[in-house]
Amino acid sequence: MSNTEMVEEKPAKVLLGEIVAKHYQEAWDAKNRGEKVGWCASNFPQEILETMDIKVVYPENQAAAISAKGGGQRMCETAENAGYSNDICAYARISLAYMDVKDAPELNMPQPDFVACCNNICNCMIKWYENIAKELDIPLILIDVPYNDEYEAGDDRVEYLKGQFDHAIKQLEDITGKKWDDKRFEKVMEISQRTGKAWLEATGYAKYTPSPFSGFDVFNHMAVAVCARGKEESAIAFEKLTKEFEENVKTGKSTFKGEEKYRIIFEGIACWPHLRHTFKQLKDGGVNVCGTVYADAFGYIYNNTYELMQAYCGTPNAISYERSLDMRLKLVEENNIDGMLVHINRSCKQWSGIMYEMEREFRERTGLPTATFDGDQADPRNFSDAQYDTRVQGLIEVMEANKAAKMKGEH
Amino acid sequence: MSDIFTLGIDIGSTSSKCVMLKNGKEIVGEGVVNLGAGTKGADQVIEQVIEQSGVKFEDIDVIVSTGYGRNSYEGAKKTMSELSCHAKGGTFIFGKVGTIIDIGGQDIKVLKLNPNGQLTNFLMNDKCAAGTGRFLEVMSGVLDVKLEELGELDKKSTEKTPISSTCTVFAESEVISCMAKKIPIPNIIRGIHASVATRVAGLAKRGGLSQPVAMTGGVTKNSGIVRALSEELDCEIKISPDSQMAGAIGAALYAYEEHQKN
Ligand code: SF4
Repeated sequence: MSNTEMVEEKPAKVLLGEIVAKHYQEAWDAKNRGEKVGWCASNFPQEILETMDIKVVYPENQAAAISAKGGGQRMCETAENAGYSNDICAYARISLAYMDVKDAPELNMPQPDFVACCNNICNCMIKWYENIAKELDIPLILIDVPYNDEYEAGDDRVEYLKGQFDHAIKQLEDITGKKWDDKRFEKVMEISQRTGKAWLEATGYAKYTPSPFSGFDVFNHMAVAVCARGKEESAIAFEKLTKEFEENVKTGKSTFKGEEKYRIIFEGIACWPHLRHTFKQLKDGGVNVCGTVYADAFGYIYNNTYELMQAYCGTPNAISYERSLDMRLKLVEENNIDGMLVHINRSCKQWSGIMYEMEREFRERTGLPTATFDGDQADPRNFSDAQYDTRVQGLIEVMEANKAAKMKGEH
Repeated sequence: MSDIFTLGIDIGSTSSKCVMLKNGKEIVGEGVVNLGAGTKGADQVIEQVIEQSGVKFEDIDVIVSTGYGRNSYEGAKKTMSELSCHAKGGTFIFGKVGTIIDIGGQDIKVLKLNPNGQLTNFLMNDKCAAGTGRFLEVMSGVLDVKLEELGELDKKSTEKTPISSTCTVFAESEVISCMAKKIPIPNIIRGIHASVATRVAGLAKRGGLSQPVAMTGGVTKNSGIVRALSEELDCEIKISPDSQMAGAIGAALYAYEEHQKN
């Protein structure tokens, strides 16, 4: 590739940043035009909204951004002062605070005319959205996805979901005056598929040793997978990202700076308020994150409407323990993993509660070392540098000793 | 060939421990100062050990630090986590063990070792002071007895008064109400020890307990805890007068390995 071409073509990272900015801008524009704009749960079937050309913004994405930029504590305290318990998910607290104060210098977004909730990630979400609906006196659209005790959602569940899709569409038509269009839906599904596949293909490049990218990068890129899965430009940007990774594999480059000595699974949501610290400790020890369940959660794969509904039943927090475990074991197998670092996230009980048993069985099945640390995805008060550092160092030392023992055995 | 002297310094949250090792085998000096990270504890304890061993500071070949304050000691060539150091030190003291339990000032560590004495995995408490050394400190404060006396007082108990709260603050009020009811102090202490033991055992049992089990750290001096934990785990627990020094011994051994590398 010539130098001029490189200058002309924007790197995927830039494209992805632009998509997120545009996503927020479009919501503001719609609001200013007098259109109805919603607040939407990250794993709500965006295909519905995209088909109807309804603009929504994602409180979870906003909360992550606010906390990554240092506003988490302020917003959590605002919610607590309004009477919300400190035990509630910090995303919820930040969002409820934002509903009240309507301003966050870290990232503002339009106020909602309706809220769209889907509990395939947790049930805390229902109360959070109900509260917003009640406080602001706006409609709540709820898609209820029961926890899947079976491996794959069967006909009965898909049927249950279908009824709700129909009802949600009807509600949205009434609220916004916009109409459903089957043809457009087909098109949207096609684009979403392209995006989902490209996203998973990109993160799948972690199977190479060394990995062509730093695992923490995907925590940033995933904003697009959350907010703009149904947009063609997202598909293009992820395909670009895939190409860049492919190129890195060929040239032996990586966005992970330094030598990749160890490859771990980072279990759970990122610790946004302490992202830099959590990353630096790993990086300084030569540890790259080569597997996350969190990022891949936003790559939905399906071939038809039935499978689409099944896919929305298959988010990491809605699936059975057995399937969850298999996801981790698959990462180990495919990505040449040396250990696992588990974020016991005070906010996300749904995700963390299962981890005690998951960690135990993971260790037993793989023989790999694991370490847990206490943290929070958005409330900075639930994390201790010293605790994190000791556990990460301990994990590195065990991985190091394992490697040394392996070398001895091999020679 | 001249002797090799390595120094391990374990700077904990409440005390600093130091060990001087000759040729990676023989302890020629050791000391404890009840001052932890952020204090003069480290310098003081090193001074003690130098005096005791007769080895001059300039003759020390390598120093490795460990513990909560490990990064604050500038004289160390490298740092190692308490986890690896307790595993190594524990193996030095006890020989082959499958599990090492250390109740530290702020955390509980359960270390799993393979037959070669290599640390293969570890489990630690989640954020909660219950079951840690700090919990015991708070309780001794409430009971107005010295921390070191807890073990002896436990021996005088006639029965165990259950202390069911795991939260340190709740347990504190539970203990106060027991005192108000005039329950004999030794019985309350036994209850406190049992409550710590339950918590630690819960962690230790997670993922199976490999025998033999040993305990390191300063809390081993409290015979009441050791007994309660042994009851709870239903097995013998190895302890040693050197248990408290395990972290520092491990660090000194790592320092020796570091020297051998070069
Ligand atoms: S972080 Fe967990 S608790 Fe919070 S909204 Fe997401 S799934 Fe629910």
